[in-house]
Formats: sequence, structure tokens, C-alpha cells
Amino acid sequence: MAIKSGKAVKISQKHLLGIQDLSISDVNYILSEAKQFIKLNRSKNKKLDTLRGKTQINLFFEPSTRTQSSFELAGKRLGADVMSMNIVNSAIKKGETLIDTAMTLNAMHPNLIVVRHQDSGACNLLSQKVNCAVINAGDGRREHPTQALLDALTIIEKKGKVQGLRIAICGDILHSRVARSNIHLLNMLGAELNIVAPTNLMPKNLEKFGVNKFSDMKKGLKNCDIVMMLRLQNERMNSSFLSSNREYYEYYGLTPDKLDCAKSNALIMHPGPMNRGIEIDTNLADDINKSVIQEQVELGVAVRMACLKIFCE
Amino acid sequence: MKKKYFLNANIIDPQNSLDEVGGLIINEEGKIEAIGKKVNENNIPSREKHINLKGNYIFPGIVDMRVFVGEPGYEYKENFRTLSNAALSGGVTSVVTMPNTNPIIDNVSMVDFIKRRGRDKSKINIFPTASLTKNLEGTNMTEFGLLQKKGIVGFTDGIKTIQNTRVMSRIMNSAYDLNSLIIQHAEDFYLAENGMMNDGIISTKLGLQGIPEVAEKIIIERDLALLDEYRCRYHISQISSAKSVAIIEEKKQFLKFSCGVSINNLSLNENDIGDFRTFLKLSPPLRTEEDRLALVEGLNKKTIDVIVSDHKPEDEEQKRLTFAKAATGSSGIETLLSLSLELFHNGSVKLSTIIEALTCNPAKILKINKGNLTIGNDADFCIMDINKPWIVKNENLLSKSKNTSIENKKLQGKVINTFVNGEELYKV
Repeated sequence: MAIKSGKAVKISQKHLLGIQDLSISDVNYILSEAKQFIKLNRSKNKKLDTLRGKTQINLFFEPSTRTQSSFELAGKRLGADVMSMNIVNSAIKKGETLIDTAMTLNAMHPNLIVVRHQDSGACNLLSQKVNCAVINAGDGRREHPTQALLDALTIIEKKGKVQGLRIAICGDILHSRVARSNIHLLNMLGAELNIVAPTNLMPKNLEKFGVNKFSDMKKGLKNCDIVMMLRLQNERMNSSFLSSNREYYEYYGLTPDKLDCAKSNALIMHPGPMNRGIEIDTNLADDINKSVIQEQVELGVAVRMACLKIFCE
Repeated sequence: MKKKYFLNANIIDPQNSLDEVGGLIINEEGKIEAIGKKVNENNIPSREKHINLKGNYIFPGIVDMRVFVGEPGYEYKENFRTLSNAALSGGVTSVVTMPNTNPIIDNVSMVDFIKRRGRDKSKINIFPTASLTKNLEGTNMTEFGLLQKKGIVGFTDGIKTIQNTRVMSRIMNSAYDLNSLIIQHAEDFYLAENGMMNDGIISTKLGLQGIPEVAEKIIIERDLALLDEYRCRYHISQISSAKSVAIIEEKKQFLKFSCGVSINNLSLNENDIGDFRTFLKLSPPLRTEEDRLALVEGLNKKTIDVIVSDHKPEDEEQKRLTFAKAATGSSGIETLLSLSLELFHNGSVKLSTIIEALTCNPAKILKINKGNLTIGNDADFCIMDINKPWIVKNENLLSKSKNTSIENKKLQGKVINTFVNGEELYKV
């Protein structure tokens, strides 16, 4: 094992591009670091100097509220200098390519670049061109690793473990990077995964990832410990995936009668932003006994602090 | 021009069923005077200088049926001069150029231009196609008759498919009347829209929108149903899947048509895309290993007639982008023959079958007298050491664009010399 300044190098990757690149020990390391930040985030004084003198650039090519603010807060709590690029005013709008933008930012010697991009693989491309660590904050339909990590952390906090749980991931799987990252991660951690979607929104050959596919939501939710709902990504749909939101809600929206198929203590998750009344019943979303959606947001900051810290090293 | 004598070569000329050790004599006009085992040391004048090829191979000059050249409009990607240098280094002496230029080759004056440029700048034989429909819009057909008179060998919308069934049926009727060759790029627009690679486990994993194989099959089945009603010279440009091979094999029993395959689809599969390698973003897309094997089998069974390079030069700016935004296509004319030989070296296809698909088969489909070593014809041929190992390096490519799909691949077999009209135009 490689030894660096007296301690073992604990992460196998230079960049956090996707869960599919991580080993189980990488994941456990990130989650254990994240746990330590949960307490800190709940205390009065939240500022550390772990990343003092380090520069973190947030490069968001797609609009984002929670992920961008979560990364910004995470960096600031660790003492990093955080700069969030506003793409609307940037040279990208003047026709600069992704690689040129990357090279320009790289010349300013950041320690971390956090990227969200509408194209799958954009972070991989960018990571080949810069010297610092690249953290994927969502690329196209491919991966959203920190979201999956925070989901796993939420499950562990609430259920004690992931191993052996039956978890349903429901909704617009085709367009969802959250689903792909979660499938990789929760599979790795030993969950049994039921993927529920209308066939039009189910990616090809998904069963080869070792998951169960369902187009009947009630069957898919049977005896589940966790029901993870995904947002219907209407902005990515160009033609006739679904007849109407009303019908979608009828068959694939999470309603109390469908939730009854899951275990009585089943928890509801959603990566946000939610379409209330389309994929989830509004009362269920706010039910503090069942919904852990707010906890997901809270733990998101802790997970991102862990990732920034680990990959900055 | 002086007479040339070559001895002790392995000569393969599928059109004349020639597969023997022998010699080749080129006369003063650059035509083939004699060929075969009867040409040897004993019957050539001893005072004449001859070249002993020591068992290296002589193949007819390769006829590449699908080549994109940047003239006019995209000269920065490839021009006739760079294209012919690249072609000659790979043993290619005749190319069929696609009409997807800027402006589109869809009218007689454009043909005059391209013929003139080809004549002045190119060292190889250029056989241009024109578009099937004006401005590639898929609605109004071009003047097949007038364009043919100017030297157009076939009609295709190149990277686009005729989607409208009625337009396609009328194109077929006109092609029948005028004896024109129709070349279809088979891909249903709606099923393939925004697609970037094969629809399957890899596209799911990479999060890229897929192109289902049925997008190709549905156009092939539709066109062959039409062809049954409206007979004409019809060629499917490139196929990519096992299902397409099966349907073509079945239909060939009672319909007359031909089909091609890109060397990329014969040699690579979707796994080669790896970490978003944009040089492997191709149309039709690379599919699964089972599909690739079915294509190889289709070549063996003569279900597939032609191997093409699908040479599509793209400059770096069009490829240094995310997979979604990168241009489609790869540069491949100079590696077409060497890469095809991989199928021979690994025991999957006979050498004569490969050469047939690269020479006389395309020539017959196009009705051009090329791709053979018949006595009296232009001496277009290449000499090849079929065992010489080499590695593809993009900095060594002669094409103006370096977007090869097989960077760093080890190949076996290198062209030593290429001759057009008896003149040596390439020497390694």
C-alpha cells in the first residue's frame, strides 16, 4: 500500500467522477468522514480551517439550487475560498468550449473544481485537462455521486445499515443520474434494488446491473424498506414519453395506497426538487414520520464536506 | 513511360479468380500487359530491369465506396490532395465521394466543379455521388439523368436517410427508368434522433442516448418492401447489426440488391468507446460483440458485398467536445486495407473474400471498370507485405484530419507501393 507522509492513502481516485469508479473502501471512507461532519453542522460554531488557503471553484452549467448551495456551504465551512461561476455571464456564452474554460480556470491554480454539466461524460473530459481534483456535481444522465452518497448516509442514519434492505427507486429512471449513481452505490453496499418506471422511462438492459425491474409500482414497492422517488424531468422529454402528468400520478405517483405495499416503517426519499402532485403526494412529502427529504438535504452538506476534504488532499 | 516488370508476387484478383504466385507486366501506356504465373524469369527479356517482390502481395487498387472529402466547403478537414495521399498510402486507388459538402452536390454545375478539382488535385480516381434529394431535404429528387451524364456514379443523401416513403418509391421508379444506383443510409430519423451510440448496457452506463438497432432494420425492411414493387439498382450503404444481416440474407433470396459495412463495425464494438472516446462516435454506431460477429459472418456468406472505410475527416475542434456535442465519424481510408486484414490474420475471413469486398464487388455495383487486374485495363494496384507489423499513430496519418478510430492499434500488413495507371504514386 502506498504510504504518504506517514499515513495510508485512503482513496483510490484522484477525481470524484462517479460511484462506478469507487471501491467499497473508498465509499466507507467517505461515509465515515461525513458522519463526523454531521455533528459539526448541528453545532453553533460550524467553521473549520481544514481547507484554509485552498480554492474551490463551482462550475455549474445547469441551474441548481440545493447542490450548488450545498457545495458552496460545504467549502466555506471547511475554510476554503469558494468561487461560484455564473455561467450566464461567462465566456461559455460567447462560444468558449468546455476544454478552454477548464484550461483557463486551471491556470488560476484552484485545488478543487466542482462541475455540473448537461452532457454525460463532461466531468471526465474536464478532468483530463486540469491538474486539480474534479468533483462531479451531476453530468447529464450519467452520475451524481454526492447525491448517492448522501442518500446512503441518510439510510444508514435512519436504518443503521444498507446491507439487506429492499429499496425501491421509482420514476424517471431514463433521464436520472441520481438513479444511476444510487444503483451503483446501493448495490455495492448490499441492498436489494427494485427499479420502478414506465417502460418508456426505463433504460435499456438495466437488469444487467443486478436490479429488479417493475412497471407496476405496487409490485415494485412490496415489502420495501425505502421508497426513493425521482423527479419527472419534463425538460428533458421531447416527445410522447407519457400521456399526461395526471395519468402518471395515477400509476406512478407515490400515494398512501401505494405506500401501503411497502413495509409499515418504510421511509420516503426524494433528491429534489419535487413535483408535488405529480410524482409524490404532497402530504406524504411533508409527513415527518415517513419522509426524510429534509434530512437528505442536511446530510448533503456533510457528505460534500467529506468529499471536498478527501479529494483536496 | 517505361515498361515495368514485377516477379514473384502473390497475386490476388478475385474478379479473374486469380490467386497464384506470378508476375505482372505493365506496358508503356500504364495498362496491364500480362499477369499470372506465366510471367516469370524465363519469359521476360533479360536486359529489362525487373522487380522481385519476394512473395509480397499484389492486390487490385482498393475501391472505397464511402469517403467524405471536404471540398468544397470543408477544405480544412480534407481536400483532394490530402485525401489522395492518404488513400494511396493505404492502397486505395478509387474512391466514391459523398455529396455532403457545402454547398451540397445536388446540381450539374457542382459536379463540373468537383470533377475539375478532382482531376487537377487528386492522384487517384474520383467517382462522385450526388445527393438523392435537393439540399438533402428528403423531398425533391435531383436530376439523376443529367447528373449521370456528367459522371455521377450513384445517388445518396450520405449521412441522411430518405424518410418519406412516397418520395422513396418515386426515387426508385426514376432510378429504374434511368438505370441509376441508389445508395441508402438506413436509419429511421425519429428512432435515432439525438442518439449517440448503440442503445444497450453501455449507453445506459454512460448515460448517453441510444440508437436502437430497429432504427436501421425498419428502413431496410421498408426499402426492400418498396424494392419488391419498384425494382432499381439499390445499395444499403452500411449495416451494423445482426438483425440487419438476417433480414438481408433472407431478402437476397428473391431480390437483387447489395449492401456494405464499415470496417469500423467489422473490427470494433461498443465497448471500445470506453471513457467517452469521441473518435468512436460513429454512424451507424458500433454495436455489441454479437453484432460484430454476425457482420463478419455476413461477409463470409456474401450477404455483405462491400467493405468501406466510411472515411469522415473531422478536425480536432469538432472532436474535443463532450460526446453529445462531438461530430460523428472517423478518418479511416489509410487503414482500411490493413485493418481488414486483421480479419484474415485472426482466421475469421478468407483473404480473397476480403479483397473481393474491397475491389471488384464495389466496382461491379458502381458499374465501373476498376478493382480488377484484367489484361488491357489501367494498372491500378498495390503491393503489400501482409505480415509487416505496425502501430497506428495519428501523427503519422497523411489525412488532414487525425480522428482515427484505432489510434495505437497494432496492425499486421502494410502497403509498400501503390500504382495508378501504371505509375508509382506511393512508396513506403
